Amino acid sequence: MYAYDELDRTLINERVEEFRDQVKRRLSGELTEDEFKMLRLQNGVYLQLHAYMFRIAIPYGTLSSEQLRRLAHVARRYDRGYGHFTTRQNIQFNWIKLAELPDALGDLAEVGIHAMQTSGNNTRNVTSDQWAGVAPGEIEDPRIWSELIRQYTTLHPEFSFLPRKFKFAITASPHDRAAIKIHDIGLRLHRNAEGETGFEVLVGGGLGRTPFIGKTIKPFVHGRDLLSYVEAILRVYNQYGRRDNIYKARIKILVHELGIDKFAKEVEDEWQEMRDSDTALTLDDAMIEDIRSRFTYPAYEKLPHTPEELKKAAHDPLFERWRKNSVSTHKVQGYAIVTLSLKPVGGPPGDATADQMDALADLADKYSFGEIRVGHEQNLALPHVAKRDLPALWNALDKIGLATPNVNLVSDIIACPGLDYCSLANARSIPIAQELTRRFANHETADLIGRLHINISGCINACGHHHVGHIGILGVEKNGEEFYQITIGGRADENAELGALIGPAVPYGEVADVVEDIVEAYLALRARPDELFVDTVKRLGVEPFRERVYATR
Amino acid sequence: MPLVKDGKITGDEFIHVADDAEVPGGGAILLSSTRFLGDPEALSRRAGKTGVIWPNNRDLDDLVPYLDRLAVVALVFPTFRDGRAYSQARLLRERHNYRGELRATGQVLRDQFLFMLRAGFDSFEVKKPADAEAFAITVKRYSVFYQPTGDGRMTALHRRMMLRHSESASP
Ligand code: SF4
Repeated sequence: MYAYDELDRTLINERVEEFRDQVKRRLSGELTEDEFKMLRLQNGVYLQLHAYMFRIAIPYGTLSSEQLRRLAHVARRYDRGYGHFTTRQNIQFNWIKLAELPDALGDLAEVGIHAMQTSGNNTRNVTSDQWAGVAPGEIEDPRIWSELIRQYTTLHPEFSFLPRKFKFAITASPHDRAAIKIHDIGLRLHRNAEGETGFEVLVGGGLGRTPFIGKTIKPFVHGRDLLSYVEAILRVYNQYGRRDNIYKARIKILVHELGIDKFAKEVEDEWQEMRDSDTALTLDDAMIEDIRSRFTYPAYEKLPHTPEELKKAAHDPLFERWRKNSVSTHKVQGYAIVTLSLKPVGGPPGDATADQMDALADLADKYSFGEIRVGHEQNLALPHVAKRDLPALWNALDKIGLATPNVNLVSDIIACPGLDYCSLANARSIPIAQELTRRFANHETADLIGRLHINISGCINACGHHHVGHIGILGVEKNGEEFYQITIGGRADENAELGALIGPAVPYGEVADVVEDIVEAYLALRARPDELFVDTVKRLGVEPFRERVYATR
Repeated sequence: MPLVKDGKITGDEFIHVADDAEVPGGGAILLSSTRFLGDPEALSRRAGKTGVIWPNNRDLDDLVPYLDRLAVVALVFPTFRDGRAYSQARLLRERHNYRGELRATGQVLRDQFLFMLRAGFDSFEVKKPADAEAFAITVKRYSVFYQPTGDGRMTALHRRMMLRHSESASP
């Protein structure tokens, strides 16, 4: 966990007071809605279809049990008893009242939670691997660097009014769980030939109307230079990013229009000018060490690799099914990372009730050193569970509805709020997800299908990351009716790719059938049972799928 | 429109001279960039103080040679959402060592004051009188700053380092 110090706490409290004043001026009419809009967006407050939506940051996806309890409190006291975890390690509340927002923020600030820059045209919440610090084979904990970037980008005086939103993601593992290639800046921590740690910097990734996979702008930037290099990128973007057209304002368009080489040269020129200047952002070892020292790790015990409790529980097929897709290898022997599915059959993806949050906070205290993680797949995780406790934990999770054994399977769907909440939506997302979880409710079938990610967005803004879903579903509007475009073969990991359209858009009522047909085609076409869906699409292309799915339509 | 300078509401000694009006020999004036670049040598050497209003999409390189002869550079916020002038301000102050008055003009509102101050602005043509009056309080909203700029405020990282030093130095 990162422990806030006095300075971090002071800043958050000052932000709450500033926002309290801004809300007061809005309510008294001193601020126009146009002026206030930008101010509230800078603090995570959107106006949605029915009410204000309030988005809270969970930087790099790490939460303490105390913080999770406080989120539960906010859900209960100020909202309707539940919250929605998003694809960017945020939680959203959908029914908040403007006049009560400052108090909700104040309650959150007491436990070091804020909503700064969770929306608006600024640098957004920094996301990272939800297994940071516990994944085997990691170069080092990427949250140290995420926190440095978080601080650096918070209330930045030069970059708080960018052409458009700007998102960072950081990974330190060979397998990218942070989807860095679809972010404005993606950072991959690695070692160079001299054994020094630094970052491969990617730029210009992003989804939305014009999706791009990020491109490498610099293969190695030393850790001490990270902030100055980032500042150079942001400065070039702030000055030259397009402001005439909201759809062309993201950095990906600038990178695309200039070409990566020309863009890289602009950044390099800027960087050489400023990297050693008076106000240089060069980090010395002591500063990095100071941040590092404020991440604390549990006092792990020396435990056996396979405890008796686990051997016994292995006879229970239900436990085994859950263990197989929810439990992952921890870097410390005898411990495990446990993913908790927020995708129950028939439920809206990513939602958790206040009661679930409270119960989970207790379980985290009991079984995971008081720590919870939030992943971009809209699931939660307990990062430090002793393997001997797995059977007991499973029982407890099952009682609160958090043991659905579908992690990474076809019903582990990522979906945006869509037309049920979002004022920009063309079509519903949540009911499509709910229907699909019902279609694939049979766990045997799901196991047979294997790893398959379905992503759903209610409009081209792509909050559900449909472009990079193995199966991507995008809501569009045709003559006032909800239609859906379906793509296959996308992925968001280190081999990130955009999916390809499989055929003409289909009406709401046919989406689940088409997805079922795609899955059936895959089962027939795959070379071996362990050839994943995306790999079959990669090997064969879209055509054989299109033929099978659209032959009878 | 009230002018806030060095933290206080003051009168503006500078007169805006339109592009087709005659440039007076004396007195403090503000010119558009186009007008100024028409004859920068002469205009920057006139007897009275000269200032230039520099648009946020024009390269600063054209202005840099004359900086030490200018009394004011006014940077423009066509709307408060357009943040290009923040970068220009920092470049003028931190890279080109401009020491004259750096003025924020356009849609300048209360909730941008501190960002502007940190970027190097020291005078503000404020849209609303109430905002101008609230200037002094508003810029004290924050006492912690995460990023270094040319304004000299110490960053949180540096304060932590100092704190550590004093802790380890005391017995
Ligand atoms: S993808 Fe569109 S519908 Fe879905 S949350 Fe984003 S803006 Fe709203």
